[in-house]
Amino acid sequence: MKVLGLSAVDQTRLLRICILGLISIVAIGSRLYSVLRFESVIHEFDPWFNYRTTKYLVHHGFEKFWNWFDESAWYPLGRVVGGTLYPGIMVTSAAIYNALHALNIPVDIRNVCVFLAPGFSALTAIATYQLGKEVKNETAGLLAAAFMGVAPGYISRSVAGSYDNEGIAIFLLVLTFWLWLRAVRVGSAMSAAVCALSYFYMVSAWGGYVFIINLIPLHVCVLLAMGRFSNRLYVAYSTFYALGTLASMQIPFVGFQPTFTSEHMAALGAFGLIQVVAAAYYVRARVTAVQFRTFVACAAVLVAALLACVLVVLSMRGAVAPWTGRFYSLWDTAYAKVHIPIIASVSEHQPTAWPNFFFDLNVLIWLFPAGIYFSFRELSDNHVFLILYSVFAAYFAGVMVRLILTLTPIVCVLAGVAVANVFEAYLSHSPGPGVAQVPRAAIMGAMLFLLCSFQWHSSWITSTAYSSPSVVLASRGPDGSHHIIDDFREAYYWLRRNTEPHERVLSWWDYGYQLAGMADRPTLVDNNTWNNTHIATVGRIMASDEDTAYDLARRHDVDYVLVVFGAMLGYSGDDINKFLWMIRIAQGVYPNDVREQDFFNSAGEYAIGDTASKAMRESLLHKLCYYRFGDVMGAQAFDRVRKQRLPSSVTLHNFEEAYTTENWMVRIYRVKDLDNLGRSHKNAAQFDST
Amino acid sequence: MSAVLSALVHDYAAHTPLRLRAIDAYMAFCAVIALVQLVYCVLVGSFPYNAFLAGFGSAAACFVFAAALRIKSDERNAHQFSGSPEGAFAEFVFCHIVLHFIVANFLG
Repeated sequence: MKVLGLSAVDQTRLLRICILGLISIVAIGSRLYSVLRFESVIHEFDPWFNYRTTKYLVHHGFEKFWNWFDESAWYPLGRVVGGTLYPGIMVTSAAIYNALHALNIPVDIRNVCVFLAPGFSALTAIATYQLGKEVKNETAGLLAAAFMGVAPGYISRSVAGSYDNEGIAIFLLVLTFWLWLRAVRVGSAMSAAVCALSYFYMVSAWGGYVFIINLIPLHVCVLLAMGRFSNRLYVAYSTFYALGTLASMQIPFVGFQPTFTSEHMAALGAFGLIQVVAAAYYVRARVTAVQFRTFVACAAVLVAALLACVLVVLSMRGAVAPWTGRFYSLWDTAYAKVHIPIIASVSEHQPTAWPNFFFDLNVLIWLFPAGIYFSFRELSDNHVFLILYSVFAAYFAGVMVRLILTLTPIVCVLAGVAVANVFEAYLSHSPGPGVAQVPRAAIMGAMLFLLCSFQWHSSWITSTAYSSPSVVLASRGPDGSHHIIDDFREAYYWLRRNTEPHERVLSWWDYGYQLAGMADRPTLVDNNTWNNTHIATVGRIMASDEDTAYDLARRHDVDYVLVVFGAMLGYSGDDINKFLWMIRIAQGVYPNDVREQDFFNSAGEYAIGDTASKAMRESLLHKLCYYRFGDVMGAQAFDRVRKQRLPSSVTLHNFEEAYTTENWMVRIYRVKDLDNLGRSHKNAAQFDST
Repeated sequence: MSAVLSALVHDYAAHTPLRLRAIDAYMAFCAVIALVQLVYCVLVGSFPYNAFLAGFGSAAACFVFAAALRIKSDERNAHQFSGSPEGAFAEFVFCHIVLHFIVANFLG
């Protein structure tokens, strides 16, 4: 039957294009909740840094961006921005911005940044379709694309406003893997070269490229161990490695790491191994079996001896660096808490709880093992890759909540494969062996119901859990009315309008990027967390008594101190709750000045009221948070987050209150200048009060 | 072992067509260039490191691309690949163009 004058093949093709278009629309649409509910604003913390650097790139040009040294971050150290970031997302946004402006469509850079991730999510869905099609057929591809478009595991990092590296990195991950599988299946050097270019784009976008450069060599090694060497594999991997490694070294942040760090050694090893194996196969095709055995024996001894010498020399000279802390903590999960508290303190680095998997993947989580089973049944070269990816991604997702993101693509693809197999078994028109009509309809009905419930679940999760801008909070009053809490922006804009441009603000590192982005003031520490000692110094300032803190703050030229305090609203992510982490990090560097045990009272509780320990009562953070809070709360003063009575009196001499926001969420204090007569501020206050 | 090597040499001389021998000579040349650069680096030092990596990397990449071209031009392997020998050469050229841009940026 001809529809629109098209043949059957063309009809299916048109149908597929329409389906992919609908999937893209749904993918983009379901990510727009926060823009519709609040406004087009950059979310969270890290995206503010990306936004600030994108603005700089767009206004000052690429040359200045590449060589930018930022004096206002990490005062007084500064930060070499050009060399310590992944430029992929900024360059992409700037390219889109410039392209739109060249067409005379004046889109603001903020809107380009906010809507970049949803746009790329549509592209990710299409790339997942290609991956599914590569692995099985178009049905699996379309199902995988439909899953990927709305899977909450991916949506969490790619909503509108979440302008973070993962937004484009997941698209590039799926694209690179698709091109790699195609290169291996066809043996095409062109596919491998384009895969290397996609890998280069991925290296420029996200630090998670280490996953790719270890998974692909692992795939190669496992295939070699299975005895599946083929010329196609040689062509694909050699071309990919040669181009990909050279290309990845063009990013300053990566630099020369591919030549000496452990994270990149697997790829180099696989490259050497495949050259050797290729030579061996060449020889085997041309000599008799007996001669080949002799040849292999001699060659093996020679190569092993050579490798041993090289390894001994390199490790004696310390040339091969061990795994860096961030990746090492994925193997030894207790390592970070003891040695690098900063890594352990980030909430998204915590191990994953069981409900998280269902929360983020719903129906897919049990279709995933079914897909692995089908991969084992067919077990071509590509299926070996899928199995390896599944195993390692599942392990990493179990160790760190944030890495459910890398698990999501493979779960979607394998779930698509599983459902495609179900469709094939129960939808085929052939009067095949014994599947009667009624059970067939029942199973297909059940399957459809589950798929629909997945879509409904994903939309609900996106709407309730993953669409919060974090900068702006919302709550409902007792009569159901919407109440917007905009304290953060209120405080940052106060700083922006009421302080001199050079005045420095001290706060905990969480707020550094937001301060730089919205208040546009120099900060001491920010979310980059590259200098543990500096962060420990800030922690020490917060944890010390007022006079020590004043001394240290003046030594670092601090003008304002900013603290976040959630007791009036019940906001549990405030600084007093983070205080223990500040103390632990400070203790790591200043063990004689800050001790964690001092901040618990004699009963061992984390008390903040009148029963608090001396160190806690006198610490700067406690004073800055609770100063005058009792006055506004009245006689029944109560801390809504810690659920304790407030301290009866809080005195402050060396700092004066500059600004407190409407809901007492953000409090800004000015570091007082030295007294005119050289007295301490406490004595000056006593003199004035007599 | 020497018997194996002489058998290999005989087989090579007898059965390898001129096209593949040309590619083999080019591969040997690339390998020698890479080896010379490596020896220089070990003897004289690795500064500037990016220049060394660019030179060594491009020699190694040329070797690899020529090896891929050789594998695809060999009639014995024709059943493993779907493209023609001309397609193989086109891929060879494409890889070199990409390599050119990368190395030109890396040399510094």
